[in-house]
Amino acid sequence: MDFLYPILFWLLAALIGVSAVAMVVTQNIVRAATWLLFTLAGVAGIFFLLSADFVGATQLLVYVGGTLVLVVFGVMLTAQGPFINLKIAAGEWAIAAVVGIGFFSLLAFTLINAKFDFPVPEQSQVATTAPLAAGAADGDPLIGDKGTGHRSLAASVVLGEALLGFEKTAPEAAVTGPRDVMAVPAPLPGMPPPSSRQARLVPVLKRQKMAYLLPFEIVSVHLLVVLIGAAYLARSKRRRGGA
Amino acid sequence: MDAVGLTPFLLLGALLFVCGTLCMATKRNAIGILMGVELVLNGATVNFVAFAYFNPVFEIEGQIFALFVIVLAAAEAAVALAIVLNFYNNHSTVDVDTAEELKG
Repeated sequence: MDFLYPILFWLLAALIGVSAVAMVVTQNIVRAATWLLFTLAGVAGIFFLLSADFVGATQLLVYVGGTLVLVVFGVMLTAQGPFINLKIAAGEWAIAAVVGIGFFSLLAFTLINAKFDFPVPEQSQVATTAPLAAGAADGDPLIGDKGTGHRSLAASVVLGEALLGFEKTAPEAAVTGPRDVMAVPAPLPGMPPPSSRQARLVPVLKRQKMAYLLPFEIVSVHLLVVLIGAAYLARSKRRRGGA
Repeated sequence: MDAVGLTPFLLLGALLFVCGTLCMATKRNAIGILMGVELVLNGATVNFVAFAYFNPVFEIEGQIFALFVIVLAAAEAAVALAIVLNFYNNHSTVDVDTAEELKG
């Protein structure tokens, strides 16, 4: 099923690119909101493709389900007659096109010529076959592919432990299949012997250098402040001058 | 599984970023500008998650920062929409070209 990965990526990339460009080009604010919906949903698909399940689900819930609904309500509350289609001059379109193409060319030139040297973990030589086999047998080849140990756990579990500052560092976890915390899978060809499977059921929790609990708390307080502030700003007042 | 590689994901993020900046620059509707900001933040998030996938050192950090970006974008959208609605209540327009003075 490996061939699905590039196909899915290019389909999603085409969806995102077309939607984003159409959102810039369209003059109608309601259509722009609709194109934004397709763009955000496509980005969520990209996150699922990058095996960031929790981030993709959050994108769908918060962005598509929350922020976009907010934006659509803003459009509905303010879209009256002349404000639906606010046009700009043709000369401004030309300037925008030149600036946009030049900017994207600069970024693309830089990115294509950039060299990224990432450190390769040592277990990756060992783990190239077993997680792939386990993942393929599980019907989900996109999870246990990199063999770095974290990848084989459920993504939200790893994220939650990272928030608390713990890291699961069972060395046996590098050669196991996905979802090994939830249930003991049936012995498959290509799986490690049962002794190591016994070992990885008792995961070793190690203190990380970085914990993200304080930023998480700050973000939650920030959300509360934003909620109060937005409600205060948008409270209904007597309008001046009718309309 | 790495048949696509890192660069196409980064190019996708760059495309989203450029479209967002153009959207901010060309839209005259205040809510259109807000949508452009959302597009820019999504481009940044795609970059975070792509680096989290391809660089094993940052695989936790990238996803966590992507989550923070998403949450802060929601907060920013709420406040900006409140400001836009307030502006609309006071001026009866959402055209930012008429918003030279934001005194209300």
